[in-house]
Amino acid sequence: MSVLQAEELATIRGERLVFAGLSFRVAEGGALLLTGPNGAGKSTLLRLLAGLGRLEAGRLLWQGADALEDLTLHARRVAYLGHLDAVKPGLTAVENLRAWGGRGAVAEALAAVGLSPLADLPVRLFSAGQRRRLALARLMMRAAPLWLLDEPTLGLDAASVGRFGAMLARHRAHGGIVVAATHLPLPLPGADELVLGG
Amino acid sequence: MSAFLALLRRELLLAIRHGSDTVAALLFFLLAASLFPLAIGPAPETLSRLAPGIVYVCALLAAILPLDRLFGADLEDGSLDQLLLFGLPAPLLAFAKAVGHWLVTGLPLLVAAAPIAVMLRIRPEALPVLLVSLLPATMLLSLLGTVGAAVVLGARRGGVLLPLVVLPLATPVLIFGAAGTDAASFGQSPRAHLLFLAALLAAALPFCPIAAGAALRSAVE
Repeated sequence: MSVLQAEELATIRGERLVFAGLSFRVAEGGALLLTGPNGAGKSTLLRLLAGLGRLEAGRLLWQGADALEDLTLHARRVAYLGHLDAVKPGLTAVENLRAWGGRGAVAEALAAVGLSPLADLPVRLFSAGQRRRLALARLMMRAAPLWLLDEPTLGLDAASVGRFGAMLARHRAHGGIVVAATHLPLPLPGADELVLGG
Repeated sequence: MSAFLALLRRELLLAIRHGSDTVAALLFFLLAASLFPLAIGPAPETLSRLAPGIVYVCALLAAILPLDRLFGADLEDGSLDQLLLFGLPAPLLAFAKAVGHWLVTGLPLLVAAAPIAVMLRIRPEALPVLLVSLLPATMLLSLLGTVGAAVVLGARRGGVLLPLVVLPLATPVLIFGAAGTDAASFGQSPRAHLLFLAALLAAALPFCPIAAGAALRSAVE
């Protein structure tokens, strides 16, 4: 059964039509890769799917019902990773994630991205790749079925990409959906590809 | 409710780590109020006549000072997206921010108002009324300020625009707060003015978070 379904999506940004007539469906445990040149609307589409953008036309369905009708409800289904890491330099790694769950869940998520030894260090001291891993750890905290990832592996080393692949596989094995925009090869076996035009 | 408290705790933790913002607002309050005796002379009767107004104007300006970082920092580092996807309705998110601003800026300003008012030789009978009226007044400033901060979000010169949005909205707070304290120093009852402040707060409590939440949604679009 298809869980996420887009029908004839269209969006306008700054008087410019970014895309129109975009339709796709992603089944339970499925993955969709968004590719295309810079400015093709990959990030815009991800924000739209997260309920952070405005839809000019078309419908987004979640299990057959309009997903964007209740944005608060939709937000609970979504774990979004933007191109910004959204981590606070003044807080430690644990403090950055604490709002999203209990101590146990935070420790588990940090272990999954290999940041356990740095758990109590201020994020100000982290490298760009380590901040990205912390942002990935937040995905795990959400327990949301729909992961929306904007260039998730940007700045990650090979070992971290491997760990991230395991995270993705576990998420999909539990019936989760992944939609990712990327220019780099992602560890998403069997993913459909959607090429957005320039 | 637990999500709201988790968000509020995060706000307070951030405020503690960036404690200089609170200190800066308090120092601004103190310095701005100290300029008045220098400018208009230290004559006790003039100062005590002006004290309620000076305290109110300076508290209002000091409360606006940290507002452009209220959502600005979150917009710049992408946290605002995550907060909107937190699972709380946008108005509740805005309300958590307003409560955070009040606890970190409004409440300290209220406490600092007492020594500053004494320094300006406020009449002793007016001091309790000043502090009581500042309680709803600072809450109102936090709520109105949250709306202003959300509305100017993403504007190129948001920091300059912000006072222009918030100050006109805050004039009723200034009028009833200062007039109530004045009434007390002339031996009249400040009751009507305080009730007006309370009524304004009762109206702002539901409407300001709704307006700020809508502004936040449009800011990330």
